[in-house]
Amino acid sequence: MEEKLRLLREQALGAIRDAADLDGLDAVRVQYLGKKGELTAMLKQMGGLSAEERPKMGQLANSIREELTAALEEGRKALGEKALEARLAAEREDVTIPGTPVALGRPHPLNRVIDEFSEIAIGMGFTIAEGPEVELSSYNFDKLNTAEGHPARDRQDTFYFDDDDQVLLRTQTSPVQIHVMETYPLPIRIIAPGRVYRKDEVDATHSPMFHQIEGLVIDEGITFGDLKGTLNELVHRLYGNDLKTRFRPHHFPFTEPSCEMDVECFKCHGAGCPVCKGEGWVELLGGGMVHPKVLAGCGIDTEKYSGFAFGFGSDRLAMFRFNISDLRLLFENDVRFLEQF
Amino acid sequence: MDLSRQWLNDFTHIDVSDKAFCDGMTMSGSKVESLSVTGAGISNVVAGKVTFMSPHPDSDHMWVCKVDVGGAHDLTIVTGAQNVSVGDMVPVALDGSTLTGGVEIHTSKLRGVESQGMLCSLAELGLDTHDYPYAIENGIFIMQEPCEPGDDILKVLGLGDSVVEFEITNNRPDCLSVIGLAREAAATFGADLMIHQPQVKGAGDDIRKYLTVQIDEPGLCPRYTARMVKNIKIEPSPAWLRRRLRASGIRPINNIVDITNYVMQEYGQPMHAFDYSCVGGNKIVVRRAAPGEELMTLDGNIRRLTPNMLVIADEAKPIGVAGVMGGGNSEIVDDTHTIVFESANFNGTSIRKTAIALGMRTDASGKFEKGLDPEGTVPAVQRACELVEMLGAGDVIDGMIDVVAKPYVEKTVLLEPAKVNALLGTDIDRAFMVRVLEKLGFTVTGDTIHVPSWRSDIEHYSDIAEEVARFYGYDTVASTMIRGRTAQGGWNEAQRFTNRLNSLCQAMGFNEILTYSFGSRSAWDKIRLPADSPLRQALVIQNPLGEDRSVMRTTPMPSMLEVLATNAARRNPSVRFYERAKVFHPLPDSPLADEEMWLVLGEYGGGADLFQLKGCVEAILRDARVQDVTFVAESGEAAFHPGRCARILAGGESIGLIGQVHPTVCANYGIDSGSLYAQLNVAAMRAHQGPERTFTALPRFPAVSRDIALVCAEDIPVAALTDTIRAAGQPYLEDVKLFDVYRGAPIPAGSKSVAFSLTLRAADQTLTEDHATETMNAILAALSKEHGASIR
Repeated sequence: MEEKLRLLREQALGAIRDAADLDGLDAVRVQYLGKKGELTAMLKQMGGLSAEERPKMGQLANSIREELTAALEEGRKALGEKALEARLAAEREDVTIPGTPVALGRPHPLNRVIDEFSEIAIGMGFTIAEGPEVELSSYNFDKLNTAEGHPARDRQDTFYFDDDDQVLLRTQTSPVQIHVMETYPLPIRIIAPGRVYRKDEVDATHSPMFHQIEGLVIDEGITFGDLKGTLNELVHRLYGNDLKTRFRPHHFPFTEPSCEMDVECFKCHGAGCPVCKGEGWVELLGGGMVHPKVLAGCGIDTEKYSGFAFGFGSDRLAMFRFNISDLRLLFENDVRFLEQF
Repeated sequence: MDLSRQWLNDFTHIDVSDKAFCDGMTMSGSKVESLSVTGAGISNVVAGKVTFMSPHPDSDHMWVCKVDVGGAHDLTIVTGAQNVSVGDMVPVALDGSTLTGGVEIHTSKLRGVESQGMLCSLAELGLDTHDYPYAIENGIFIMQEPCEPGDDILKVLGLGDSVVEFEITNNRPDCLSVIGLAREAAATFGADLMIHQPQVKGAGDDIRKYLTVQIDEPGLCPRYTARMVKNIKIEPSPAWLRRRLRASGIRPINNIVDITNYVMQEYGQPMHAFDYSCVGGNKIVVRRAAPGEELMTLDGNIRRLTPNMLVIADEAKPIGVAGVMGGGNSEIVDDTHTIVFESANFNGTSIRKTAIALGMRTDASGKFEKGLDPEGTVPAVQRACELVEMLGAGDVIDGMIDVVAKPYVEKTVLLEPAKVNALLGTDIDRAFMVRVLEKLGFTVTGDTIHVPSWRSDIEHYSDIAEEVARFYGYDTVASTMIRGRTAQGGWNEAQRFTNRLNSLCQAMGFNEILTYSFGSRSAWDKIRLPADSPLRQALVIQNPLGEDRSVMRTTPMPSMLEVLATNAARRNPSVRFYERAKVFHPLPDSPLADEEMWLVLGEYGGGADLFQLKGCVEAILRDARVQDVTFVAESGEAAFHPGRCARILAGGESIGLIGQVHPTVCANYGIDSGSLYAQLNVAAMRAHQGPERTFTALPRFPAVSRDIALVCAEDIPVAALTDTIRAAGQPYLEDVKLFDVYRGAPIPAGSKSVAFSLTLRAADQTLTEDHATETMNAILAALSKEHGASIR
């Protein structure tokens, strides 16, 4: 009996070892440990053994059963791993195949630049102001110290809606200054991006509709030095601290003193090239100290308060920023252009 | 304004390079636009004397010349010109020389004879007969200028002058002159300014015997000054004068015209010369034109004048449009014997309006319109007469007529150094300020600044601050940061709302576009807008750039369709765009517009699908927390497919439209007939925005899901079925989702099968089978009762 059991154990372990897959392993389990299996059959014969032998053989048979059960479990694990490995090998993908495209829309490059600038200004304590595009002449001109008879008011430069030239499409974002000074509490620190209109035929650098960003700061003790400092800070945050700037005297009716700010040419970095007409500098924006007449006209005490204003064309800014050669591209909206940004 | 540096040197010696000059002037406020040099490109060209000529042995029209160019040997030069003689002084381009336009000259053989250079014509030196009226156009330039063989031609002809082009701002008409810029240059470079006082000898006689001047409009002509010259000899001006005009961009004509132009350039005061014999009644009247009056101006055009225009007239008729252009009837001609020099001061606005109305902006009107120095008329007319005598162009009659209709009043401003420094953020001392002002022609007595007559732009201490700062140096003023209260920056609610719409649209694959706010009326027809639509009430631009850009848009649709069309025409296969577009509605009680912002979506190609676009719109509305949104079929919008358009409502109020663009509209724009479009009114969305979302507890008990397929009549909208299911399914129905709509066998014609997936859940316990069944029965009963729908 003992001999038989030991032989059975050898044979069964051998069969477990040799099983090629899970089915084969299961067949081994049935052959030896199943209801009609060989070990089960042997156990049934235990009744015929002597009283001394029976517990010994019983013990042996049980230990063989446990051993086989454990071996089967181990075999099942090993075969499972092998099968998983085989499956993973079969499932190999060429991961260099491109991903399924996800369409992601783009902001218009102009709005991107406006938003970038706005975020920078917000970081410096500015809020964003807005004003109407269909505007009164008094806001677009008179209150900005641009009296009747000024060339900018001519019908060949400005779009009008009435015979008396009282209602127009704003030619600049500067009237927002007036709205803000008339309605906001002091101190004031705003920028105002927006659309403006001038009677220019469309070409590579002109458009009857374009965009400006206006800035206005009013407080006690604001100086021309503050204007320079603020503009330098804005431009450096936009283009990097290395960009050189310079301030030149200029003239605007609604600021005094007035200036223009040039930045080192983006293309040649000051060496002189066709973009900067050999000057090494590119004109970026205009500004100045808010004219006392303008302040007074908005009911601001010029003895106590002073301020500065600035403004620039954001279309130009976008063109510099992205190296866009022709203004018309901004308004054509060809998807192949829009998707570049 | 083109400035000759040689001319500038008459008034101030600025001994710096062109670059330093341009930089310095730019930084003190006279912006330099460009720099050029007369005779640029010409090198190695010298004066040469022709010493011997013989016919070319192998040509019947060429000559072989021996030319003395100051060297040890004469050069041999072949020329085809026929106007050269032995003894002539000519320009010679030597071997290796360059001419204008980059032409290079080298020794070469011409029909077998070696030519060691070239004899030059005017054109080859960049000149014409206006520069040298004695020369001929087609031939070698036979020079009458004093020179020796071998002299550099640039020196001989006075070329090599640096010409600086300035951008002069509107407030500084005084700088539209050599003297004005000399004053700026002297202040910029710390040089002396040498203003010359014109000296007129006079030839006797008395102007009062010849002429009277009467100003009828003192407001439009504050001052009129005249002098006269008799025994005029019209001839070309001398070379130096022609050269200076040429360098300044003015074409020389004859001595008298050139003198008026020369004085205008030098003093900034436009002048005019009349033929005295044409001044009827020996009287000049400055008056408004009579209605219907006409004048042929010097350019040969007949001008219809109106009473808004100021004219210079004689006793009977206009002889010039004041400040703009003289009349042909008093033009200086070759046999003019006596002339009147006019040097007047006119109202700038009046001149500008006249020039615009007549469509003729001249050099003179361009200066007058900016408002000129009221004290500038006398020095200018004196200078003109001085030049007449210098050039021997005629005899200046003694006396001057100077009618002052509106006397000039000197302006003063207080010198307030503390205020100036406070405005600039500087600590500039008073003495520096006074020095700068005096250099610019101001005088300072005590604390009073006397403003010179040519500086009408100065009226306030802030103007003084600019003068001081310009010469202190804008770049020297220290950059500072704003002191005082700190400010809290940021976007406001409305701005954050649109920023979020922006991000959403981009995340869903829409590219942002940007279009014009104005358009054409024809766009309303293209989108089939009904003739009586209120959207045809638009703000109309009175002076548009063509019909295409004449009305402010009242609907954002045409702009989007145009962009789709542009892309379709360029064969871009599929596009998906959005725009934040403003439209403009007239207001009943204001001249301004109701400016309304719309979010607009448009797409074609790439499997564009109405329900996908609707899904995007729903996502936007959900994200924006727009409350109580419904979509109702809309067949009345002519721009859309009548069966594929929905009006978008929030709380029952229309906030937008979505649909497939009507095939006719698509055809009008040349776009794919499957193009889709949606528009949402941004303010209306915000008006229906619900409260901020708060946390809802996650369900603790399991849900039961049940699918039902119904058969109902074709015309029952899914939304109606859904509403019924929701109402009947309370309190256990949590969600209902459409998953199929089917038409065709075995469903009878006129009916459709609609399948929903329902989720049921109880909040306080696991839903029992009984409750689920009860709910389903209630739903089916309601569907049957309200819509005649039965289970399939």
